[in-house]
Amino acid sequence: MRLAALLLLALVLAAPAAASEQHPTLGELEGEVMCPTCKTTLDQSSAPIANRIRRFITTRIAAGDTRSEIKQKLVAQFGPAILAEPSRHGFNLLAWVLPFVAIGLGAAVLAWLVWRWSRRREAASAAAADSPIDPELERRVDDELARFDA
Amino acid sequence: MTVKHGLQAVTVAVVAGLLGLLIWKVAHQEKGVKLGAGRTPPAPQFALSRLDAPGKLALASLRGKVVVLNFWASWCVPCKSEAPRLEAAWQRYRDKGVVIVGVDAQDFSGDAKHFVQKYELTYPNVHDGPGDVLPKYGVTGFPETYFVDRRGRLVGDRVAGEITAAKLTAGIQHALQS
Repeated sequence: MRLAALLLLALVLAAPAAASEQHPTLGELEGEVMCPTCKTTLDQSSAPIANRIRRFITTRIAAGDTRSEIKQKLVAQFGPAILAEPSRHGFNLLAWVLPFVAIGLGAAVLAWLVWRWSRRREAASAAAADSPIDPELERRVDDELARFDA
Repeated sequence: MTVKHGLQAVTVAVVAGLLGLLIWKVAHQEKGVKLGAGRTPPAPQFALSRLDAPGKLALASLRGKVVVLNFWASWCVPCKSEAPRLEAAWQRYRDKGVVIVGVDAQDFSGDAKHFVQKYELTYPNVHDGPGDVLPKYGVTGFPETYFVDRRGRLVGDRVAGEITAAKLTAGIQHALQS
């Protein structure tokens, strides 16, 4: 039952991605393709070459190209730097892996600090419970209580 | 205390490493050739696919000739105005050991081929879609023109923007006499 629910969830999540791959929109691709002259994504640029690439994408969408096919055609013309996302091969793989490594390391350090802090607090509480009350302090408390009762 | 110092050392090492990477990247960034003040650096080499014929054209294959290197793109408006001027210079100087080479960059090759046909350009034109050659020369925009002498050295100043007939002739003459 649980497995079926998980599979259903995976299908629900995968369906929009598959639809986007098969029927991409200009708006989606504008955020994933760079303007070669201004080094920003297409949606940030109104340079002549950005407008030309927009026209190319529109034409390819109308021709029924998938998102990957359009990107491949752009890479063939302008090289891999035309894509906003770095490729997942070779040295560029670091750009994908390093953020997760950093998050993992940060979480580990944070967990360790929290654990150490909580241990210190426990130790301090135990030490406070074990220590006898200062006689002078006890006498002063008794005096105050007696005065309060009177 | 030791663990705390260890963490601090790791943090400092990571920050220093990232700073070092940034400095290395900035130091190794291509800034292009320096021209003017009598400098004659060697022209950066390239071998690019031809737009007007099959195969590639290597700059090295033109050693012994004066080369006018014109960087352009089909979407660039001033490039359209200067194209007939470059063709006229090619017709005038081709028998005097001068070659004009157009380098179409950051452009669709189909658009570039259409441009070459439309303006009836007969001098060699090559395609550099990714624009890999641009940083080697320090090209900052289109069009931009450079002059290479017979020894393969850049001479004179680069001409940024649309080139006039007078500047084109002066550049060619200067390169021929170098």
